[in-house]
Amino acid sequence: MKPRDIRTAAIGRALRPNIWDAAALILVIGAMVLIVYGGEQTIAPLSELERAPVSLDPANLPLYALRTVLRMLLAIVCSTVFTFAYAALAAKSRRAEMVMIPLLDILQSVPILGFLTFTVVFFMNLFPGQVLGAELASVFAIFTSQAWNMTFSMYQSIRNVPKDLEEATQSFHLSGWQRFWRLDVPFAMPGLIWNAMMSMSGGWFFVVASEAITVGNTTVTLPGIGSYVAMAIQEQNLAAIFYAILAMLFVIIAYDQLLFRPIVAWADKFRFEQTASGEAPNSWMLDLFRRTRALRAITIPFAAMNRVISNLPISLPSLSPAGRARDRAKGRPSRMIDALWIAMVLGSTGYAAWLTFRYLSVEIGASDVVAVVRDGLITLLRVVVLISLATMIWVPIGVWIGLRPKLAERVQPLAQFLAAFPANLAFPVFVVAIVGLKLNPDIWLSPLMILGTQWYILFNVIAGASAFPTDLREAAGSFHLRGWRWWFKAILPGIFPYYVTGAITASGGSWNASIVAEVASWGDTHLKATGLGAYIASATEAGDFPRVVLGIATMCVLVTLFNRLVWRPLYAFGERRLRLG
Amino acid sequence: MLDHPPALVDIRSVCRSFPKGSGEELLVLENVDLTIRSGEIVGLLGRSGSGKSTLLRIIAGLIQPSSGRAACRGETIAGPPNGVAMVFQSFALFPWLTVLQNVELGLEALGIDAAERRKRALAAIDLIGLDGFESAYPKELSGGMRQRVGFARALVVHPDLLLMDEPFSALDVLTAETLRTDLIDLWTEGRLPIKSILMVTHNIEEAVLMCDRILVFSSNPGRVAAEIKVELNHPRNRLDPHFRQLVDSIYARMTQRAEPRTPANDGIPGSGVGMALHHVSSNVLSGLIEALAGQPYDGHADLPVLASQLQFEADEILHLGESLQLLRFAQLSEGDLMLTDAGKRFAHLETDARKRLFAEHLVAYVPVMGLIRRVLDERPSHTAPAARFRNELEDYMSEDYADETLKTVVSWGRYAELFAYDEQSETFSLENPG
Repeated sequence: MKPRDIRTAAIGRALRPNIWDAAALILVIGAMVLIVYGGEQTIAPLSELERAPVSLDPANLPLYALRTVLRMLLAIVCSTVFTFAYAALAAKSRRAEMVMIPLLDILQSVPILGFLTFTVVFFMNLFPGQVLGAELASVFAIFTSQAWNMTFSMYQSIRNVPKDLEEATQSFHLSGWQRFWRLDVPFAMPGLIWNAMMSMSGGWFFVVASEAITVGNTTVTLPGIGSYVAMAIQEQNLAAIFYAILAMLFVIIAYDQLLFRPIVAWADKFRFEQTASGEAPNSWMLDLFRRTRALRAITIPFAAMNRVISNLPISLPSLSPAGRARDRAKGRPSRMIDALWIAMVLGSTGYAAWLTFRYLSVEIGASDVVAVVRDGLITLLRVVVLISLATMIWVPIGVWIGLRPKLAERVQPLAQFLAAFPANLAFPVFVVAIVGLKLNPDIWLSPLMILGTQWYILFNVIAGASAFPTDLREAAGSFHLRGWRWWFKAILPGIFPYYVTGAITASGGSWNASIVAEVASWGDTHLKATGLGAYIASATEAGDFPRVVLGIATMCVLVTLFNRLVWRPLYAFGERRLRLG
Repeated sequence: MLDHPPALVDIRSVCRSFPKGSGEELLVLENVDLTIRSGEIVGLLGRSGSGKSTLLRIIAGLIQPSSGRAACRGETIAGPPNGVAMVFQSFALFPWLTVLQNVELGLEALGIDAAERRKRALAAIDLIGLDGFESAYPKELSGGMRQRVGFARALVVHPDLLLMDEPFSALDVLTAETLRTDLIDLWTEGRLPIKSILMVTHNIEEAVLMCDRILVFSSNPGRVAAEIKVELNHPRNRLDPHFRQLVDSIYARMTQRAEPRTPANDGIPGSGVGMALHHVSSNVLSGLIEALAGQPYDGHADLPVLASQLQFEADEILHLGESLQLLRFAQLSEGDLMLTDAGKRFAHLETDARKRLFAEHLVAYVPVMGLIRRVLDERPSHTAPAARFRNELEDYMSEDYADETLKTVVSWGRYAELFAYDEQSETFSLENPG
């Protein structure tokens, strides 16, 4: 066939719409309309909100859900942009790395709802009298729950780009800019998407929490599922809470099916492996896009734009490792700049420390510090007890499920879904029970902290048990390994690395949740457990910033210490000794 | 002579050193001279660690020489020069790009417009025998096809010089041979859009099969030990007596002693405690001794024959031979491997007696083994951290070599039951578990 024939045939085919086109078109146009509608609402003045407060009419729920979804979308876009810039800079510049990576490490352990206290005030002042300020504060809260670990993942990927590919880009004269888009970004893609997905499931929790908050005199109620629930709590309307849970269920499933599954299936090609292995993930949505000619046509400009952007003649300074080596070889001047840089960093750190001390010391005395440390230890105790309980319950169940592939296949998505579901929507149901049965809040509010995060343990254990090699199981069987011996010699070491991954996520999530879990209310009844979370929550409500800072700083220190002293050594041990294969 | 164009590559007294663990410099290339002109295939042949890959990367502009001058067409090389393309041992294909996109990559970087790019890429794919695979992803291809993509990607930029870094060593024997002959056919027919090829290899037969000129490198530091012209016509026949003779003579050259040194340490870098050991399993060592002692060798074998019968690469068989020589179980000379009396004795002993003999030789002939054993005996606790010995090793060698040496020490020491080693705490001890 002559080339010309092929082309006309292809065009002819492309012009004829197929059945999938109709469905796909509706989806796309629907999405556009929704986005525009949601966008119009955000630039309205704040008084608009007061005129039309959140109503408990279930008919309004779809629109509220849309607002919530848009906040999530905006946050993930911001996180992605931030990730690209921050991770690239940290990975390519040694001096930036010295400051940026420890900073990220600390930011990761700051309770996300703690940020909210400050950002609400900040953004409201930035856009006084506009809904936009409150919207941005909410988006920022979600952003803080996603950006840090996405950035970490990307930074690590860029640092671990295979050496031969790096040499190939150099040898074929790719510019620094081209290299970033052609090598660094694709290589980081699978890790980035996985982390974005994980953060997203955490994000639902914070979007719900951030839609209705009070900081001192500022009360914000943004239309959304979160504020709907807050209103339902105030009016003691249990039915409305169930509607909200239902709406959230639907939203999360839609997000998974329409957004993440297609992305994961698409990103499968970025997995760095030289041989095809295992089953590739698939998605009906992606198939729809691939089968639909008109939709595929929409993606062509994107692909072309990607090409144009990555080929832009932007010259970045040579930041490759080779460039670094040259930098080092030059010696003296570089070392002097290093010294200057370190002096600058230390100087500004000292100044910040002094400022903080001066700010806090006005209002806070030694007794406050003692109180906050005591509360911190109580919350720490809660986290430890809860994680241990969850471990004792979910590890055996997870192993049981994981060793049955058919069952695991069905339970695994459910566990992931439960981890994504914002547990704070379900809090009122428990609070009603606690109030009704007159239970001790110090004990019975605690389980709320782990309500949403225990699932991370379950699904990681299931994954671990599913991955446990069949030959090892058969060996254990043929040597008559049974009972306790089987658990401690065979399966527990086998799933350990997976378990630790899950437990780290669960414990981090529980710390975060403590701020909303240790205080709860139902109508006029307010329950409060003693703990650091409650301390921060009350200080926030009172607009008492020095105590908020003190509480957050304490939580940061506790979380960081706990990670360094317990989780990291366990993780390292698991990776070194117990990683199979 | 003035109207002669400048040589494609001109390397003059190039040295290259890398920082060692101790902060000092380790010399890997010493005073290397090399000129590459148009129309030749030049091979750099040597053992791992002989600096041949380092030299290739200096020419590719990926690393800079520590001293001396490296020039490409008369211009000093700083960064990858134009007109030089590289083929990688590991293929280095981008797994997220299709065959066609991988091939087009180098052209995109040159800013060539889309239509021209497509035309040239398709031509290169066609030339290298990949038609039909344009839209495949690398992971869907076999190793041989993947390396063909690597070749197409390098050829499409029409480089004057093609650099190849052990391009066939990650492939199985049959695939590698097909690819080699295809490449040589294209070369002799003048269909490759290149002027010269520089290839790095540790495979002696491959070098003799493909190259017009072979530079044999000696190790530690890397130097050009000999330059051998291959004047056989293509296609070359491996069974041709001239071919065999050339292979044998290169084997002999690579095992002969260039200058009088302590006989046992020949080929093994460093001396005393600073001797860098190459990790060879004690199982393979005893297997080789048994094979040598048995028929048809009767304690004396020709290395190329031994290598092909036991299916070892030239590089591997040399490492094995050197380890045996270091332990005084065998003697290497002129391309032959001969068992010593101790080696013959070893072959006929039971497991426990073998271990005792192995231990005796380790302590007597491998200084670092003697040192570890002495330190353990002297300390009241009879334990010592690995870091103590690693530091000492890093005074003499790079961190990678120190790691490899320590790994060898642990594995040999465990086999000989000289000491125990706990991986978790990284300590040596005299405890004998059980």
